[in-house]
Amino acid sequence: MKILLVAESREGKVLGGTYELVAFAAKMQAESVMFLVGDEGALPKYDGKLYLAEAKACGEYNPDVHKQLLLEVVAKENPDMIALCHSSYGWDLAPRLAFALGAAQVSEVVGLADGLPVVPVCNAKLRRDVKAKTAKTVVTLQAGAFGLSEEPAGTPSVEKLGGAAAGRVQFTGYEQAAAGGVDLGKASVIVSAGRGIGKPENVAMVAALAKALGGEYGASRPVVDAEWVEHNRQVGTTGQTVAPKLYVACGISGAIQHLAGMKKSEFIVAINTDKDAPIGDVADVLVVADLKQFVPLLTEKIQAL
Amino acid sequence: MKILVCIKQVPDMESKFKLDAAGLWYARTDLAWRMNEYDEYAVEQAVQVKEQFKDADVTVLCIGPEQVKETMKKALAMGCDRGAHIADDEVWAKEPFEVAGVIAEFARGKDFDLIFTGMQSQDRGSGQVGVLVAEMLGMASVSTVVSFAFDGTTVTAKRELEGGVKACINVKTPVLVTCQLGMNTPRYPTLPNIMKAKKKELLSTPVADLLKVDKRQETARMYFPEKKGGGQVLEGDLGEMADRLIKILKEKTAVLS
Ligand SMILES: Cc1cc2nc3c(=O)[nH]c(=O)nc-3n(C[C@H](O)[C@H](O)[C@H](O)COP(=O)(O)OP(=O)(O)OC[C@H]3O[C@@H](n4cnc5c(N)ncnc54)[C@H](O)[C@@H]3O)c2cc1C
Ligand SMILES: Nc1ncnc2c1ncn2[C@@H]1O[C@H](COP(=O)(O)O)[C@@H](O)[C@H]1O
Repeated sequence: MKILLVAESREGKVLGGTYELVAFAAKMQAESVMFLVGDEGALPKYDGKLYLAEAKACGEYNPDVHKQLLLEVVAKENPDMIALCHSSYGWDLAPRLAFALGAAQVSEVVGLADGLPVVPVCNAKLRRDVKAKTAKTVVTLQAGAFGLSEEPAGTPSVEKLGGAAAGRVQFTGYEQAAAGGVDLGKASVIVSAGRGIGKPENVAMVAALAKALGGEYGASRPVVDAEWVEHNRQVGTTGQTVAPKLYVACGISGAIQHLAGMKKSEFIVAINTDKDAPIGDVADVLVVADLKQFVPLLTEKIQAL
Repeated sequence: MKILVCIKQVPDMESKFKLDAAGLWYARTDLAWRMNEYDEYAVEQAVQVKEQFKDADVTVLCIGPEQVKETMKKALAMGCDRGAHIADDEVWAKEPFEVAGVIAEFARGKDFDLIFTGMQSQDRGSGQVGVLVAEMLGMASVSTVVSFAFDGTTVTAKRELEGGVKACINVKTPVLVTCQLGMNTPRYPTLPNIMKAKKKELLSTPVADLLKVDKRQETARMYFPEKKGGGQVLEGDLGEMADRLIKILKEKTAVLS
């Protein structure tokens, strides 16, 4: 078994998910080669062959060109599998490769069961083992599923990939997340509001509990998208990653993208009407209750201590 | 200007799921169904383009059994002009390559300038269908879009990356866009628009007419994940639960001392 690992870099830096690909190859007991559109001055640590295209020439986001370069590498190496991160880069590129290669694509792999990739269904409430019927398979790996605790060692032997034609999509630059506002990273207690709060007026009860506990309030994405809470309080992959002493999730189901931002918290309490909500998997305590009744009551009792 | 928007009907994610008899998908009975959340943004964006360019014609497409027409009617009430229902009682068993194949077959030769899909479906969540449709049609595509502007020929969009960073891009039509949460504010259909939607075209085509590709993967097994961790579950009287939680917080954390 030979796996082509599609590494990632942004603004010249290799992204951590790259090393999860290396861990995945090890778990598969497979031979591997790596591909990166990046910077020669900032190579990933990797004990193997790296096909490198310069991001300065190809653009960090340029799907037509990245696909074409990858197809060249596939033609040379003939891998059985192509592994990408299940990330904004990976899920954009993977279907393009799968289509060009006549390969099955298995998305968001969270583990292996008897050698078959396992994927989540319905907000991780269910799981599915998937069997590909094609000679080659493209997989995208969920962040953290095959995580490495430390970076691998080694210096790759680099083979450069040459020039690239222009793609149809023109990348014009990055827009950074707005700075300023609260720094959730400093709070020792975070109480977050999820869609279960129902209406914007109920942010106040979550904020009141946070205050009673001497902490800050945060939010899940739908609450931020609805503009009930500002973006710098969003917890998750596209918001902040936090690890407070106590995290209280109010009306949050526990989608993987939210968990990624808070599961390292020291102690987690979830308040949810759904006893089966996936947040229960990471919660030290799951209170099965309507937050609209429970949160004000808890706040009162804490204030009275 | 011709626009296609693809929507999927999915169960409410707070449902109590059970496995179906074959153990290959969730049982499709006793569930409340709705429009895939990501697709609401796709419909809204398509309708906004129509409002901007009065000559635009928006087709909403959905593959599924008869019941998906209810969800399609919502899209028509939000402002889509016509519905293309692809009748398929076995849609749950179709893998993304087949779903994309059917959509591409429908779209082929119809010269859509813009195609909108959700970035992923809430149940299967493969995040493949949109980009695959574009590849099958030889069309440019951009995924995970949170901001969209269009001047009639060029789309100026922002893709959402990890950590809240966005990548700004330009691309000329024809282009397929996969829509991410927060891209816009999906409207609620008004009563007059719900009435008007009843008169809009909603034609069904059997999926067999459009399915020209073979399955590339199959489900070997579906199951509930093992419950992790020995987390405590509190149920019952609110006051007692609050007292117990406070006690636990005092014992296990330093925040109440
Ligand atoms: C690429 C990508 C990036 C993303 N990034 C993020 C991110 O950074 N952060 C993030 O949070 N999400 C992110 N998401 C979205 C994520 O997938 C989920 O959609 C989101 O986290 C769901 O938020 P929620 O739990 O508040 O809402 P829901 O999933 O709708 O859950 C609401 C919960 O509230 C419960 N509830 C309802 N009423 C009550 C009540 N009265 N009392 C108590 N409980 C109640 C329900 O049982 C349910 O569990 C991202 C998604 C994608 C695709
Ligand atoms: N049965 C379907 N009918 C119409 N469109 C669909 C269907 N399934 C998926 N899609 C579209 O493809 C997108 C991505 O789905 P998926 O690849 O399953 O995550 C969805 O958001 C829809 O826009």
